[in-house]
Amino acid sequence: MDNLRHINNSFNDDKVIDACSIFGAMNTSGKRFPGTGVIKAIANMHDRGNGLGGGFAVYGLYPDYKELYAFHIMYLSSEGRKETESYLGENFDIVHMEEVPNRKTAKITNPPVIMRYFLDVCKHQPDIALQDDYVLQAIMHINTTRKGSFVFSGGKDMAVFKGVGYPEEIAEFFCLEQYEGYIWTSHGRFPTNTQAWWGGAHPFSVLDWTVVHNGEISSYGINKRYLEGYGYHCTMQTDTEVIAYAVDLLMRKHKLPIEVMAKVLAPPFWNDIERMPDKERKLALALRQVYGSIMLNGPFAILVAHHGELIGLTDRIRLRPLSVGEKDNMVYFSSEESAIRLISPKLDKSWTPMGGEPVIVRLKQESRQLPDTREEAVTSGR
Amino acid sequence: MTADNNTTFKIDASGIYYRDLNEKLRELIANGTHNIELINICGQRYIGTDLDKPVNIDIYGTPGNDMGAFMNGPVITVYGNAQDGCGNTMNEGKIIIHGHAGDITGLSARGGKIFIKEGVGYRAGIHMKEYKEKKPVLVIGGTAQDFAGEYMAGGIMVLLGLNLREGEKYPAKFIGTGMHGGVIYLRGGVEDYQLGKEVGIAELDEKDREILNQLVAEFCAYFSYGIETIMNRNFIKLYPRYLRPYGRLYAY
Repeated sequence: MDNLRHINNSFNDDKVIDACSIFGAMNTSGKRFPGTGVIKAIANMHDRGNGLGGGFAVYGLYPDYKELYAFHIMYLSSEGRKETESYLGENFDIVHMEEVPNRKTAKITNPPVIMRYFLDVCKHQPDIALQDDYVLQAIMHINTTRKGSFVFSGGKDMAVFKGVGYPEEIAEFFCLEQYEGYIWTSHGRFPTNTQAWWGGAHPFSVLDWTVVHNGEISSYGINKRYLEGYGYHCTMQTDTEVIAYAVDLLMRKHKLPIEVMAKVLAPPFWNDIERMPDKERKLALALRQVYGSIMLNGPFAILVAHHGELIGLTDRIRLRPLSVGEKDNMVYFSSEESAIRLISPKLDKSWTPMGGEPVIVRLKQESRQLPDTREEAVTSGR
Repeated sequence: MTADNNTTFKIDASGIYYRDLNEKLRELIANGTHNIELINICGQRYIGTDLDKPVNIDIYGTPGNDMGAFMNGPVITVYGNAQDGCGNTMNEGKIIIHGHAGDITGLSARGGKIFIKEGVGYRAGIHMKEYKEKKPVLVIGGTAQDFAGEYMAGGIMVLLGLNLREGEKYPAKFIGTGMHGGVIYLRGGVEDYQLGKEVGIAELDEKDREILNQLVAEFCAYFSYGIETIMNRNFIKLYPRYLRPYGRLYAY
């Protein structure tokens, strides 16, 4: 595994004022906007990170290939690339492939090769209902068996751009000012437990789910083992990876509504459960019984995104900060309010949500097709 | 260079790094400047840290974390919202926020006064302390989130809840968890389950009323509220039931 490390931190900072930074922005009308504001905002929290990881997730990114799965893959060996590309050719129709455009910059040194592929799955898995699972298996296969190949993202009309560097440097490297999307999330990393390498930067992603995270998941071990039982394999050496897979499992596979998923990841305290009305209490108890192994222990503030939704959530005693701001059709999340104010000084509303209570931002007029059983399961949360 | 007492030194802080800004403030104050106005502040940390003269600093924008940390004398007025750690370990001076403040407001404060027009985040007043005449004060116009007054060892916190609608409860739980000194005056009431187990509830006595009236009057002067509209509701006093809750844990 020694090839995984691409550390380019030569700062030797004597001053560590730590904590990661997270920032997210969504246009609830679905209008796409350039990343310049988000890049400026995350750069304003430069001092929260230390240059050992930065990244972005963008939705509504590839309108020309909307219906195709867009794979962003990092290669640490040319041998692995050859193997992976022949695997992709056997299991998908590769409609288009190219290197992810980048520019030489002074700050990003020794970057790995990062390619993108637009893949059609229809001939290989004609059943639409099974296509996501087919793709998920392919991602896990590449991550676990193809030497030095890592899928950074593999959803439709979205992608993750990440690497070792400050987020604004990563944005410059990947020419992100040239892209538009209706949801952007971003992250500046201050690694606490694991080495900095390109795969360990945030966002973490599977299919079109992405997660950026400030904090640390001390339940990583038990979460990882639980997820392995469902075919998710952690290969990125960073705790946050389990959240991306947990969200895919809970929301896509188990079809839990967001509000219920939030209660799985950040369950209410037992004494709060005792005071709940009967129906709500039964649900909370059932969730703790069924999903105890996927509860997240430890401090976190996370932004979870997929098409149509952006969700902000902190641990139930909010050991990491999260601010929310609204202005017309825009909703912003940030580790620090000043970063929001920098790009949108006159907010209609700004607040800090209570710990464990998700803030859910949805596309307007979009009605998610919830089957009746799911409506039934929705809690009477605030 | 010595500055006139009445002139205001104005700094446009757009794009200025926090270290450079704080260095400039130290230099200005060393040279005798009394009034400073900072505009376009956006996330710069530690503003006012280690300044030790009773100067006025007016801030327009959103100051960064730990504003006023370790400060000893200045009066900082923010026309906007403050972030986390405002007033961290301050010793003397005042912070007046015409908006809301983030988490751990007033943490470990050992003197001085903080007035917030709106609400605060988690763990406001955590481990404030007092010694003889040094008694920090934190007055919150809105509500606090969980763990307000956590491990409080001294000082006075006032929670006014002015944003609560009729019959609406304070959102905070675990109020005063680990509290072993100081006092919280809370307008309206809370349920038992919202309090840490180290906290007792009492009626205010004469001395409490006197202190509270003064603090509310000062709050009203800053934020243009009528005293009657605030004092028209009942207050309760939250106090630590034990001054040394774990005194016998390790030595007996």
